[in-house]
Amino acid sequence: MTVLCLVELDGDGAADASLRALTFARDLAGGADLAAVLFGAAAEVPAQALAEYGVTSAYVTGPGRLAGYAPLAWARVLAGLAEQTGASAVLAAGTDHGHEVMAHLGALTGHPVAANCVSAAPAGDGDWRLVRQRWAGLLLEDAVLSAPVALLTVATDTVPPQPAASPASLAVHVHEPDLAEEDLAVGATETAGQAGGASLATARVVVGGGRGVGGPDGFAALEELAALLGGVVGVSRVVTSEGWRPHSQQVGQTGTKITPELYLACGISGAIQHIAGCASAKHIIAVNKDPGAPILAHAEYAVIGDLHQVIPALVAAIRDRGGGAAR
Amino acid sequence: MEILVCVKRVPMVGGTIVVTADGQDVDTKMSGFAMSPHEECAVEEAIRLTERLGGRVSVLTLGPPAAAEQLRDALALGAGRAVLLATDGREWGPIATTAAIVAEARRQADAGQGYDLLLLGNEAADTGDYQVGVRVAHALGWPVVTGIKGIETDGGTVRARREYRGREELFEFALPAVITVKEGINLPRYPSLPGRLRAKRAVIEEHEPQWQPEGLRKQGLRVPEGERKRANVLGTGPDAVPALVGVLAELGVLP
Amino acid sequence: MNDTPARASAVIIGAGIVGNSLACHLARLGWRDLVLVDKGPMPNPGGSTGHASNFIFPIEYSKMMMELTRDSTEQYEGLGVFTRSGGIEVARTEERMAELRRRCSAARAWGIPAQQVSPGEVRKLVPYLDEAVILGGAHFPTVGVVDSLRAGTLMREEAEGSGALRVLAGAEVLGIEVDESGPRRVRAVRTDQGEIATDTCVVACGVWSPRVAAMAGARLPLTPIVHQMISVGPVPLFAGTTGEIAYPIVRDVDTNMYERQHGGDMEVGSYAHRPMIVSPGDIPSIAESALSPTELPFTADDFDPQLAQALELMPELLGDERVGIRYAINGLISMTPDGHPLLGETPEVKGLWSAAASWIKEGPGCGRVVAEWMTGQVPAVDVHEADIARFYPSQRTAAHVQARAREGFNKMYGIVHPAEQWESGRPVRVSPFYHRERELGAVFFETAGWERPHWYACNEVLLDRYAGRLMPREAEWEARWWSPVINAEHLAMRDSGGLVDLSAFAVFDITGPAALATMQSLAVAQLDVAPGRVVYTSLLDERGGFKADLTVMRLGASHFRVVTGGATGMAEKKWFTDHLPADGTAALADLTSAWTTLGLWGPRARQIMQAVSDDDFSHSGFPFGSCREVEAAGITVLASRISYVGELGWELYVPMEQGARLWDALWDAGRPHGLVPVGMGVYGTTGRLEKGYRAFGNELTADYNLAEAGMMRPRVKEHPFAGKDAYLTQREDPPAAVLCTLTVDDHRSARGELRYMLGGEPILSAGGERLVDALGRPSYVTSAGSGPSTGKHLLMAYLPAGDARPGARLGVEYFGERYPVTVAVAGATPLFDPQNERIRS
Repeated sequence: MTVLCLVELDGDGAADASLRALTFARDLAGGADLAAVLFGAAAEVPAQALAEYGVTSAYVTGPGRLAGYAPLAWARVLAGLAEQTGASAVLAAGTDHGHEVMAHLGALTGHPVAANCVSAAPAGDGDWRLVRQRWAGLLLEDAVLSAPVALLTVATDTVPPQPAASPASLAVHVHEPDLAEEDLAVGATETAGQAGGASLATARVVVGGGRGVGGPDGFAALEELAALLGGVVGVSRVVTSEGWRPHSQQVGQTGTKITPELYLACGISGAIQHIAGCASAKHIIAVNKDPGAPILAHAEYAVIGDLHQVIPALVAAIRDRGGGAAR
Repeated sequence: MEILVCVKRVPMVGGTIVVTADGQDVDTKMSGFAMSPHEECAVEEAIRLTERLGGRVSVLTLGPPAAAEQLRDALALGAGRAVLLATDGREWGPIATTAAIVAEARRQADAGQGYDLLLLGNEAADTGDYQVGVRVAHALGWPVVTGIKGIETDGGTVRARREYRGREELFEFALPAVITVKEGINLPRYPSLPGRLRAKRAVIEEHEPQWQPEGLRKQGLRVPEGERKRANVLGTGPDAVPALVGVLAELGVLP
Repeated sequence: MNDTPARASAVIIGAGIVGNSLACHLARLGWRDLVLVDKGPMPNPGGSTGHASNFIFPIEYSKMMMELTRDSTEQYEGLGVFTRSGGIEVARTEERMAELRRRCSAARAWGIPAQQVSPGEVRKLVPYLDEAVILGGAHFPTVGVVDSLRAGTLMREEAEGSGALRVLAGAEVLGIEVDESGPRRVRAVRTDQGEIATDTCVVACGVWSPRVAAMAGARLPLTPIVHQMISVGPVPLFAGTTGEIAYPIVRDVDTNMYERQHGGDMEVGSYAHRPMIVSPGDIPSIAESALSPTELPFTADDFDPQLAQALELMPELLGDERVGIRYAINGLISMTPDGHPLLGETPEVKGLWSAAASWIKEGPGCGRVVAEWMTGQVPAVDVHEADIARFYPSQRTAAHVQARAREGFNKMYGIVHPAEQWESGRPVRVSPFYHRERELGAVFFETAGWERPHWYACNEVLLDRYAGRLMPREAEWEARWWSPVINAEHLAMRDSGGLVDLSAFAVFDITGPAALATMQSLAVAQLDVAPGRVVYTSLLDERGGFKADLTVMRLGASHFRVVTGGATGMAEKKWFTDHLPADGTAALADLTSAWTTLGLWGPRARQIMQAVSDDDFSHSGFPFGSCREVEAAGITVLASRISYVGELGWELYVPMEQGARLWDALWDAGRPHGLVPVGMGVYGTTGRLEKGYRAFGNELTADYNLAEAGMMRPRVKEHPFAGKDAYLTQREDPPAAVLCTLTVDDHRSARGELRYMLGGEPILSAGGERLVDALGRPSYVTSAGSGPSTGKHLLMAYLPAGDARPGARLGVEYFGERYPVTVAVAGATPLFDPQNERIRS
């Protein structure tokens, strides 16, 4: 019995979300084979990371006919490998690609798909006991899955990436799937855009701005601070629905879920839809005029005050400090 | 262009979601209902497309009779036709939902009014299954993309865009097709008063699809245990900045 | 962040407009160590203030509400948050046109600018309104909008800045601790951020108030109810305007709606939809709320009929397809059974104060009044109609509160007759005679929960006998809630005798060694009289204004029985209770539900009494102003010889369960003498007006005094009493106003109809100018009604001293028309039987 896990590549290595999915898949495999499925050149396979995460086999497809992302084709590959390996479960990270590919796999196989799982375990009789997120993680659903193969996506903000106790010995297989023309009918042409969403999802520091920023002009100071801290700016839903900032910067249930080291929430009251997007930040600091704002119940530290005064002062202080160190 | 938008009635929740005593549902005693945010954008996108290219927007929901409210909301915005797939209120899984939507699409095709485009939200706000659009496309044998934030079409082919990991992904395919969209694709309009009154008068088509059990079965819902913190207040106003800088240094995020 | 103070002089719960105002006024009055607690964030903690439409119409029929609104408006202006926009009430029906005339007359009574306007004039002021839909309007140029959140913030910050106030935002009240060792008294307020010791706690948290007061064991009769509001925009016409509002607010009163510009949007609010009551326990928490706890999800179906009506009135502006519904809520607001706020110390718990059920338009005024009250001053506005102590237990049940709120909701913009009766929550309190009265065709009016006959259909047989003297009313408005039978009953009582059900009286016994001292310290009249005497007396506040008006029977050396009107009984009970000695040497027992009262008056009263009793009812044997136990019809009766209708007769007190027996005996004995049952139409209006008897709440209010009311006694008793210093000064100074009885000289309207005033109308000079006394108090009709024995329609009004001359020719404005009136009496001399020969016969 093998557990298959789709591993997405991001830059030079495996995507953070995929490492989390691998961690989850390894637990689920419970000592059985953990196989990674990748799309790209064999040379791009992050073999060391996969081994560290306990992957025993890696199946890498492409680039040949599969030059870019093609969800149906990817699903077809997973279906074939699942059959070939006799997989008991196929997993992917709960990313846009992960969800899309798994949905196709569900449709191809006719099996159910459980999205955004935070835990899973066999429950006998081929059933699985699952906990999965609903409401973008604001609620948890306890569920039972009955299916010949468990098709799961793994919540991107809950299971931490955790290498295996000891690295596995990894065998890399170059996989050459048999794909039909229609499998490739829908494929992505990529353009290097400056959407910002990705850096937001993976940024180490996010400086958040909400209604308290007051208008589109108020974000300059936040941008300056974010740049100083090597981070990016994220915003609440009201900011995008007011048209002050693009939707790609929205943190929350219907925007991006972030997992930074630090989330500095400025002038954000903390509606739960927003909390759904930032609750996985390691540390939250709130800057808010209102000591009763709900965000304070989620923050570790708070500064009570007007962000228009606090942030410029903070920027100045950090600059002074940097200057002092240089001298 | 005939467009069908599938929307779902979901509770409007606040800062805390309350689960009913039996742990089976969200307590909606004092909450209102709305269509999922992504679907509001889907309705808006469909209306914009037909405003440009002509045609008609149909809106469909699968839900209890009260879900007619969400259909009327869409009608008020400019949808021309509404279909209620009435349920007895129990939760439908993605596979049963897919079958119900497909049946509607086939019904229209058989009547010679087949859809050119089906729009759905990327995922429902409540169940978050992320799959109905794809399953529907498979059943109809149509191309599908999800999570779309930009649509251009001439009525024959579609260019659909989305962002992924800082890059833009562009898909091109022919209609008919299924597209699921995400909030941010547009800023939905508000209903006008005349629109709202038209919606009130509109007749809603009703069908009763057959429920079926699925392999993924809900046992119960619960609120994740999160520690309610009380933030350590570093100070008030700019006077707090030195303490704040200290904390940032401790966290190792300073340059 | 635990900076919760350990103690406070007062803890105010709720940082809405009322709580903030209260904190500010308490600080201004010198209180320190105040704490303001709210579970929500500042400046908008999520209560009704946060979603208010924030406009103020100055016009109210209730003088109290008008004065609270006026004071609030002045406070908003002082804070710089008031923007004058003007406001228009439009009429779609003839009935409403008449109502708007009545409103303009009421405005004139209070000195509020108001003007009838034609549809074309409305259109000039509101260019987006379709004049074809309306018949006309009333323009109130001093209407305006306020920024209530900013007003609250400024007031709160003023109190904070003066060092008097600490604000605890985000602190939830979990309990109010009560000391039960003696009379229940506030000890501490417990919050999730710690306990605050205090002996004073004010519940100012709007729709949550019942929940919070219940923590201390007090019941606030208030219910949250939904008021739907939508905001549509962007309105192209408003794009060019500056500021929040450039066009007058429109109240489309016939559809129970308003339309008000708010920046680029138009807010449309409704009181037309089905009443939607929300139990205070069901209000969601801040965390559970999608918007705020008081902005519940909009139920569009309920609002759809209003959309059509709004569209009809403003077709171009609201029919614009580009204008969208951007915000729509089911907003929660507070409603009480009688529509008035809940102010003052609760009767259940000492130190627990209520400042609830106040809307934006009267919020700052209510805050000020309660602050004055708390600091021992007499509030600047007479708020006895808003006193939280005014309710009987049956009026504080959830069922009653909800029923009245449901019934009152759609009357918010309704045409409400001054005598209009409630339909819901009845009957609750019925006398032992109720079934007899029903058989006699009694038409019941309700007071304080009691069903009281207003007139009896059985007396229709008298109409022929008194034809020509009944002053029948031609206009439907005055004929409503009235019958000529009232006047027939009146005449029959004066001719032979009338039997009156007085069960609604509130009855208290004050007993104990200090009973006399307690009574003496409150009453103006000398109560150190022989047992068996009945004394009519006023109670005064410290400024010498009227606090109560009642009779006291001295039943023993240390035993006084207080009898007062049902409507004010509970508030007066609290007044007495508050003044009982702390050492327990005097006690109050509420006997209201133990004793029932029948009144028997008329020239044949003595014969009738003599027929059921062997006791001596002769003039010398039972003189006026005396009371004693007698045996009548085989039961023991406390008989008291006084009269509020100016006739020979007695009030007869018996235990509730024996009431029916006494009724039957008097009925049987009285019929041969021509005894008729007589309703409150006579007792409360015609009988007393002819005699110039004053009524508490009408003539006797905190704004006027004994000298002005013509009720000074020749001597002032030695014993100190509340208000004595003020009273002594009032006796020396020439009164600024004198209470007069006026007669209407010509009732004919321009349309040729005979019209009869009902009360509240402005008194004008012969030249048509408003009459205002030296203290700025306008002259208005305090009571109005037929005087069948005088053949005149009688009005009472305080007139400036210079105008208070018998024979002076003045005017009264009624439905926009002026009618000539003449001052008949200046002072308390009765118009009928001026020598009081009947009473003393």
